[in-house]
Amino acid sequence: MVTFWFIAITVLWMGFFILEGFDFGVGMLHDAVGADEPGRRAAINTIGPLWDGNEVWLIVAAAAIFAAFPGWYATWFSGFYLALVLLLAALIVRGVAFEYRGKRGAARWRRTWDALLTVGSLLAPLLLGVALGDLLHGLPINASHEYTGSFWTLLQPYGVFTGITFVAICLLHGATFLSLKTTGDMRQRARRLGQRIAPVTGVLVLAFVSWTHAIAGKGALLNPVEFGAVLAAFAAIWLVYTRSEGWAFAATTVTIAACVLAIFTDLYPRVMVSSTSPAFSLTVHNTASGRYSLTVMTVVVVIFLPFVLAYQAWSYYIFRRRVSRHEFLARSAHDDPARAGAAVPPQPGASDPSQPGTTRSRSG
Amino acid sequence: MLNVDLARWQFAFTSINHFLFVPVTIGLAFLTALLQTAWHRGAGQGGRPPGTPGGGRDEYLRLTRFFGTLLVINVAIGVVTGLVQEFQFGMNWSAYSRLVGNIFGAPLAIEGLGAFFLESTFLGLWLFGWDKLPRRIHLLTIWAVAFGSVLSAAFIMAANSWMQHPVGYVMAHGQPQLTDIWALLTNPVFVWGYAKVLLASLVTGAAVMLAVSAWQLRHGGDQGVFTRSTRLALVVLVPAILFAMLVGDELGVIEAQYQPMKIAAAEAQWTTCQPCSFSLFQIGGGNRDQTPTQILAIPHLLSLLATNHWNGKVIGLNPLQAQYSKAFGPGYYVPNVFIQYWSMRVMAYIGVLVLLIGLWGLWLIRRRKLATSRRFLWVAIWGSALPFLMNTAGWLLTESGRQPWIIQGIMLTKNAVSPSVSTTDVAISLGAFVLLYAVLGVVDFLLMLKYSREQLPPSRSQIEADAPVPAVQY
Repeated sequence: MVTFWFIAITVLWMGFFILEGFDFGVGMLHDAVGADEPGRRAAINTIGPLWDGNEVWLIVAAAAIFAAFPGWYATWFSGFYLALVLLLAALIVRGVAFEYRGKRGAARWRRTWDALLTVGSLLAPLLLGVALGDLLHGLPINASHEYTGSFWTLLQPYGVFTGITFVAICLLHGATFLSLKTTGDMRQRARRLGQRIAPVTGVLVLAFVSWTHAIAGKGALLNPVEFGAVLAAFAAIWLVYTRSEGWAFAATTVTIAACVLAIFTDLYPRVMVSSTSPAFSLTVHNTASGRYSLTVMTVVVVIFLPFVLAYQAWSYYIFRRRVSRHEFLARSAHDDPARAGAAVPPQPGASDPSQPGTTRSRSG
Repeated sequence: MLNVDLARWQFAFTSINHFLFVPVTIGLAFLTALLQTAWHRGAGQGGRPPGTPGGGRDEYLRLTRFFGTLLVINVAIGVVTGLVQEFQFGMNWSAYSRLVGNIFGAPLAIEGLGAFFLESTFLGLWLFGWDKLPRRIHLLTIWAVAFGSVLSAAFIMAANSWMQHPVGYVMAHGQPQLTDIWALLTNPVFVWGYAKVLLASLVTGAAVMLAVSAWQLRHGGDQGVFTRSTRLALVVLVPAILFAMLVGDELGVIEAQYQPMKIAAAEAQWTTCQPCSFSLFQIGGGNRDQTPTQILAIPHLLSLLATNHWNGKVIGLNPLQAQYSKAFGPGYYVPNVFIQYWSMRVMAYIGVLVLLIGLWGLWLIRRRKLATSRRFLWVAIWGSALPFLMNTAGWLLTESGRQPWIIQGIMLTKNAVSPSVSTTDVAISLGAFVLLYAVLGVVDFLLMLKYSREQLPPSRSQIEADAPVPAVQY
């Protein structure tokens, strides 16, 4: 049961990074791919209906740790105090930026929210990467499972490198997503950006996986998950240069999932390594909830998760169509475009039958 | 200031702010769903211009769009401030989380899985699905949003009620272990508290809708359309506030049973009384002065409120303090009497005031003078601040009245705080949150004002002249 919940939490984190990963990427790249106001709006609208539901994966992942491994939740969240304040600030600013940037016409208003969206989307995967990397690397934790370091102790090299790697993967993941979901020039720009980011990301993933493997200290050979992460990253490099956008996106999806999985598999059965003494490390056993609580939660997951997956997949299916910047040309000309019900006839290019929706409906 | 004091300030500040947006979201989601349903049911007549016979229903579509925009502005802040709430338990209250995560964490996880996913996914579908989904399905999506928000309130209230009145657990090695999840969901404090939160949310949402409609009527907005929303708001508001007061009374009786300190402090009742009177005001009082001058004491009212009996007995704070010291060891177990006494009154008096405003509005509807009574419209606009004050006072009463406990009878607040987090850390985060929330609050408020004062979206007959109904987009 305890192991089941460790797996469940791993799956929630993987789901979060797969889905919110491209949201972060789009957030960082929306300016570069969009180039002008209609383009930026088109870029943001590729994830418009989806990002909020994607972010819930983080909420559920955190709540699941709270309920299933209270000791882990308590040590991790209190130890990362200031880092989490920063993360929350980034997520807050980013979340409202989506909603608010279009609510006023002034260019300065929009550029401010654009900048905040970009910074927020960069900081969030960076900090989350540091947080996950630190779990494996180890932090000063005493016998009563309390963190004894400071904010700066969190920023040890492996953790920071994990953060940078996650930012890079999110960038590439966002680029492949944008090339899959946009048309015309934007699609081309997204492809070119992907081609430029991919080799760097590949190298980072290779280094990250090797470092992870070294820290975990489990034999000389890479395990299948670690090997899979590297393989997927290099497949992504190859695929962004060939013309298959769908496959490139699939490859970045596997890359990001495998990198998260690699951390968690190397961690098990520990959940938070103590650098003070291995005896003080938090494990699934010494942090888990009682049997009854875990049973209740298991029943709930078995009932609800299929529904969640089904309607999220359905929502991806509904919004599978590519988004074109033409749809936003007329609106951006108006002073106040986002007003509910502002009547704008869709441009012919908006539902161009020659570009059928190719996004696979995915649920993570 | 100690870590625990700052952490309490931070939690109070972020929770109060969060709960400014939550009731608007719950209330407006429900009202918007009602508006869209009204449009849907009369959709066949929508093609005709408003004002002509049978053409009125189109107005409900325009109202749905109009209030849907206000809903979305609020959801954004409600969601991100909710994230802060969830993280704070581990960040500031790690000793608490470690001790009772197996009980308190479960409803939170269920909330995320069962309610948040529903709410956020379907909000996306509703917002962007106007021209992509069949009408009937699209109507279902707004109901799913409303249902999700109501469901999420259920689980967080179940968790909160467990702190007020712990049930369904056994103590094992000094740690409470969950043994019965149904006990959490049938906890009387939860059942009545949840009903009260839902009713208060309806009141808040309806008051916002009323104020916006009143502003529009005063400033030349479309009379035919906004009279309808004013009417809907009033028809929801009056029964909701009435039931909220009745439920609140019952909740008071339940709390008097499980948390006698809370109720005794709310009346600044230091000595035991039977029967007990309720003072409308008092001069002096607070935490040290045990003999304040009571102004206009209404006989038997406190007995009724606290016990449902004409001659009910309310145990005073001093005997309770003696009793608690004996049971839990030396310490001071009396909550902040000043906060209890006045938050109780602010909540109750505002409730009455809101009810009176609502009844005035209903009377004007009967007299067919609603749209032209400038005095009423003015009161309705400014009156929208009242439910927010009422909600905040209600939570102060509930949460401050639980002190010094974080979990009644199990854990003291001062023992619940994170040992690894320094006072400086909390000072930094508190400063950051105050700054961030202040900016967000101002932005939200200005946007709400701006969109409340917008013209209505064009009627469908006008839109259909050149294009299908467009999607709402970012």
